[in-house]
Amino acid sequence: MSAVDQPLLRVESLTRYFGARAACRDVSFDLWPGEVMGVVGESGSGKTTLLNCLSARLRPDAGRVLYQTRHEGVVDIYDLREAERRLLMRTDWGLVHQNPRDGLRMGVSAGANIGERLMAVGARHYGEIRDAASAWLGRVEIDLSRIDDRPRAFSGGMQQRLQIARNLVTAPRIVFMDEPTGGLDVSVQARLLDLLRELVRELHLSVVIVTHDLAVVRLLAHRLLVMRQGEVVEAGLTDQVLDDPQHPYTQLLVSSVLQA
Amino acid sequence: MNTGGYNFAYLDEQTKRMLRRTILKAVAIPGYQVPFGDREMPMPHGWGTGGIQVTAAIIGPDDVLKVIDQGADDTTNAVSIRKFFAKTAGVATTTRTEDATIVQTRHRIPEKPLHEGQILVYQVPIPEPLRWLEPRETETRKMHALSEYGIMHVRLYEDIATHGRIATSYDYPVQVNDRYMMRPSPIPKFDNPKMDMNPALQLFGAGREKRIYAVPPYTKVKSLDFDDYPFEVQSWDQSCALCGAGDSFLDEIITSDRGDRMFVCSDSDYCQDRQAARSKEAAE
Repeated sequence: MSAVDQPLLRVESLTRYFGARAACRDVSFDLWPGEVMGVVGESGSGKTTLLNCLSARLRPDAGRVLYQTRHEGVVDIYDLREAERRLLMRTDWGLVHQNPRDGLRMGVSAGANIGERLMAVGARHYGEIRDAASAWLGRVEIDLSRIDDRPRAFSGGMQQRLQIARNLVTAPRIVFMDEPTGGLDVSVQARLLDLLRELVRELHLSVVIVTHDLAVVRLLAHRLLVMRQGEVVEAGLTDQVLDDPQHPYTQLLVSSVLQA
Repeated sequence: MNTGGYNFAYLDEQTKRMLRRTILKAVAIPGYQVPFGDREMPMPHGWGTGGIQVTAAIIGPDDVLKVIDQGADDTTNAVSIRKFFAKTAGVATTTRTEDATIVQTRHRIPEKPLHEGQILVYQVPIPEPLRWLEPRETETRKMHALSEYGIMHVRLYEDIATHGRIATSYDYPVQVNDRYMMRPSPIPKFDNPKMDMNPALQLFGAGREKRIYAVPPYTKVKSLDFDDYPFEVQSWDQSCALCGAGDSFLDEIITSDRGDRMFVCSDSDYCQDRQAARSKEAAE
């Protein structure tokens, strides 16, 4: 089987306990290149725990996360040496936090924020780093004159876009997003979603996006996992799940959305 | 030998053994910060207690000690440390770089080249080069272990973005033996090239932070830079007003309230040697 026929990420019966409580139980799915997977559910349903386990930041108690690397075939990310895992996180993977303050270096300029990953993988030419930073600021629609400003001086929406640029500069294959639109007003949300949709299509990114906002997954996600109390209660194509929910909880979730 | 009622070189023998073990490990792993048990010294942290403890551990009765502060032998810190060891170890002291076997220094490397067998002891305020970007010690240790030094260049990037050049002028980060990132203590970057392949042993002591690290003789020490912004040292338009040296690190001295100033060598021994040679020439 060639690499194209294999999922980029395969999750097998992922389980994580906090004490006796399962935050995340027996979750399995495949993520294919270019696919956007939405994970929805109420607060405390285990969405973020799942994301942390997937993005190599929280070792699961059982189950495996298999990743199709560029050159070395399929690996279980928790079998990798720590150095390899951290390199993977800096190059092949991106992580967009809900709060941009968690994902940005607030003390250094926007340009340095974007350039950091490049320098971390060995870029040593200032002019080239600067050019890459400028190009990415343009792509995420931040004015070039802001390149030497600190993210502190940016609005919430700009900070979030800067965080996305900072992650995408090394051309990752998977981006994990935790509530990327949380805390933004609706018009800014709409622009951000537009931008994300464009970047995903252009760069053929695979994305796992965790959110409680059904409108976000409706716009972005190809497939959907609905989580409740640590378990996946329904999975399928986004439109199918949202338009014809089968599980009582999904029906409740879909009918809870206020119509404007 | 009269050491004024103190054990030789002030510290007790067990403490000196502990320090020597630490130093040996530091020499074995160039640039790696080795923790040690800092002892209370009869002066506050920030006055060079790290360097003094290193010196106390390595000094012997036959050693000749030179102490400099900002290059000068006659500043408060230098004088008091020199007297401290003259009293507690009864060793000979000197101001001449070439005669010393141990040179304890704050903020400078002597202008005269060091030779084999000499030991240069630095006083270090903050040993961790990654600290400014990463406040967690657990994380900086991991970054050292995995050689994750990319963020050091973020700092240089910021310098160029803000000032158009690498404006960091002292405590300029270096990579030792192609492995560990190291803070050279607050020496001017003018002195960084002297650390590279130096025939003398270089020891670094940080008392408050309880770390010792080392650069063994003839070890590669590389200052960080970008391909298009290479590492450069400071230069001056003037020569030293006292000895005429054009190749030494100059201090600016304000000489009046009207803004008169002069530039003189920061290394007092180097400057005095050159002045003596000059007046000898003039006399002949």
